[in-house]
Amino acid sequence: MILRSKDLIGLEDLSREEILTILEAAEAFRTIFDRPVRKVPIMRGRTVVNFFVEPSTRTRISFELAEKRLSADIVNFDASNSSLKKGETLRDTAENIQAMKIDMIVVRHSSPGAAAYLGRVLKASVINAGDGAHEHPTQGLLDIMTMRQRLGDLAGRKVTIIGDIAQSRVARSNIYGLTKLGAEVTVCGPPTMVPAAIARLGATVEHDLKRAVADADVLNILRIQLERQSQMVFPGNREYHLMFGVTEEVLRHTKPSCFVMHPGPMNRDVEISSAVADGPRQVILEQVTNGVAVRMAVIYLLSGGDPRQLGGGARTGVREEE
Amino acid sequence: MEWSWKRIPAEYLVANVRLCRDGKLADRPGFLHVQKGLVAALGPGAPSREDLPVLDGGGLVCAPGLVDVHVHFREPGQEEKETIATGSRSAAAGGFTAVVTMPNTRPPVDHAPMVRYILDRAQETGLCRVFPTAAISRGQEGETLTEFGDLVKAGAVGFTDDGRPVMHGKLMQFALQYARVLGVPVTCHAEDLTLAGKGVMHAGYWSTKLGLAGLPRLAEDVMVFRDVELARATGGHLHVAHVSTKGTVEIIRRAREQGVHVTAEVTPHHLTLDHSCCRDFSPLYKMSPPLREQEDIEAVTQGLVDGVLDCVATDHAPHTAMEKELMFDQAPFGVVGLETALAVCHTHLVRTGRLSLGQLMEKMSSRAAETYGLPCGRLEEGGEADFLLFDPDEEWTVQPEALRSMSRNTPYGGHKLAGRVKATFLRGRPTYRDGE
Ligand SMILES: [Zn+2]
Repeated sequence: MILRSKDLIGLEDLSREEILTILEAAEAFRTIFDRPVRKVPIMRGRTVVNFFVEPSTRTRISFELAEKRLSADIVNFDASNSSLKKGETLRDTAENIQAMKIDMIVVRHSSPGAAAYLGRVLKASVINAGDGAHEHPTQGLLDIMTMRQRLGDLAGRKVTIIGDIAQSRVARSNIYGLTKLGAEVTVCGPPTMVPAAIARLGATVEHDLKRAVADADVLNILRIQLERQSQMVFPGNREYHLMFGVTEEVLRHTKPSCFVMHPGPMNRDVEISSAVADGPRQVILEQVTNGVAVRMAVIYLLSGGDPRQLGGGARTGVREEE
Repeated sequence: MEWSWKRIPAEYLVANVRLCRDGKLADRPGFLHVQKGLVAALGPGAPSREDLPVLDGGGLVCAPGLVDVHVHFREPGQEEKETIATGSRSAAAGGFTAVVTMPNTRPPVDHAPMVRYILDRAQETGLCRVFPTAAISRGQEGETLTEFGDLVKAGAVGFTDDGRPVMHGKLMQFALQYARVLGVPVTCHAEDLTLAGKGVMHAGYWSTKLGLAGLPRLAEDVMVFRDVELARATGGHLHVAHVSTKGTVEIIRRAREQGVHVTAEVTPHHLTLDHSCCRDFSPLYKMSPPLREQEDIEAVTQGLVDGVLDCVATDHAPHTAMEKELMFDQAPFGVVGLETALAVCHTHLVRTGRLSLGQLMEKMSSRAAETYGLPCGRLEEGGEADFLLFDPDEEWTVQPEALRSMSRNTPYGGHKLAGRVKATFLRGRPTYRDGE
């Protein structure tokens, strides 16, 4: 197997080489998006379950498209509205899934550790599509893919992540993945949203936005959970926007080449101004496109695919659907 | 004459044991003379009577029966986790002959008939002395005081809303005032809920890494500080349950030096495990207060060694396997501890030279009993024959499935421990024997 584990739980577990292997495969898959038929038969006859206990339309659609473009059979299990409520054990769920003889499961769950748990108990491959505030590895990979498309080698590059770091699985996956590739990561947000221990994961902490963006090559802006306001984490949207919102004025303090990313969905004029969200520096929709390619690559490699088969821009190994 | 485990003679001798009394372990063999459930005589050397049945202690340590001032037996209301009978069995297997039960049953112990119910069930079982505490507030809702006088008359040995803190300062003040008059302690589960928030593990490196909501030390320290000041102002006796932070140890140390009536307990898990145990998201390491950091472990250990923390208590908190199969953030707080407590402390405190075996036994028996003013925990002439036989050299591996508690949620599964309880006696009758 090219990847050491049958599962993708987090970028913390991947080596630099594994990350690069996934990204190269993703680049190869991306080339087929420009063809008239965007589908390859690699996963034909294999079954993937999309198990979303916490709702997420965007991530689910991205996975679903990736699976369809690989010709997999798909079952969508949207448990957010089903009988699987708090209190029912994941073990029961896991045993049911096991009994259905599937090849792969994509899991989104509000509890940190849920994906790792399924990975331990299931023979099928498990892909973590976000487990609470722990990790969201495919988001991290698609972010890194987008950065590499713009910057090439990330060694020595500076990435600033802005927002609610404490609650963000995206931030954690970014920190692990980026630092493995030699990038420097700075996190910035209100002190109530940046746990002190985050520095020990490998990031630099900065609470002044202008200083945080000054020498950055990339700004990765996180979505603010508006419902958290009630927990007194920050005084309000207006205040947040004044202190940590990325506006054109903020961009004036960056390098001219610095670009802006956001995992979506955006709160316009809270963490990001509309002008920036729609402006020339953002690569937000490229992230979305790359997301499908990254997920295809992960599925392909976890199901035993050989990345060498994809070499040469996917023209040799990856055949179009006849 | 022969001694039989099957038919217990009314009078017998335990010979060839190393007696452990008043914090000291005898260095030469001694004996214990049991007569009608009481200790008729004890001391070094061999007993002079030859007509009595003799139990050969084989050189084992003979110590006072252990006293645990913090257990949850779950009856009534959650008998699928533990009952007074199964909890007593578990206690006996751990060398305990007396326990103080917490009142957060369903319904809670908040009126006198509930106290009597628990005492009756304990009596029926007969494996362990059970001393119930009663709730501070009706329904443990933190609003109205329970009938302290009636509850003490029924047998309550103290008051606590354990499981949750008393957030209302005035209510806690009144509780300490009432309890003072009645001569019993008020036990605090120190946790400021507004600081604890939705935390599920210690706030620090591991909670940040795992993405689990953190329980900061401050939530404990702030409440201990408040309660200590209330104890100072009222003259009441505050007992601090399950101390877990270095800050709490310091607050208690200072208060005691200043003469405030504060006692405190620490659990075996807070003395030995840290937050890195949660790295695989196993709810077997989810407890309240949470496992902290090495510096806290050092501080509570030093506190116990110094006597700032009076005793070891397990906070034995049984939960079903099904509940502990839930994800970490959804699983209940708490671990069982009665059957591993002595060996864990022996391995981590005595074997490492922090405490002598005699000191450990004292902190787990007489000192523990004194915090609640309980009439037990000593091995002395004329006293009750509650004792245990302990092999400090036997090494064993904790197998959760072998526990006598109804629940198996131990954080020590697979751990190698040194020191094993070989037998426990209550009023001269064996309540537990290793291998049976
Ligand atoms: Zn408690």
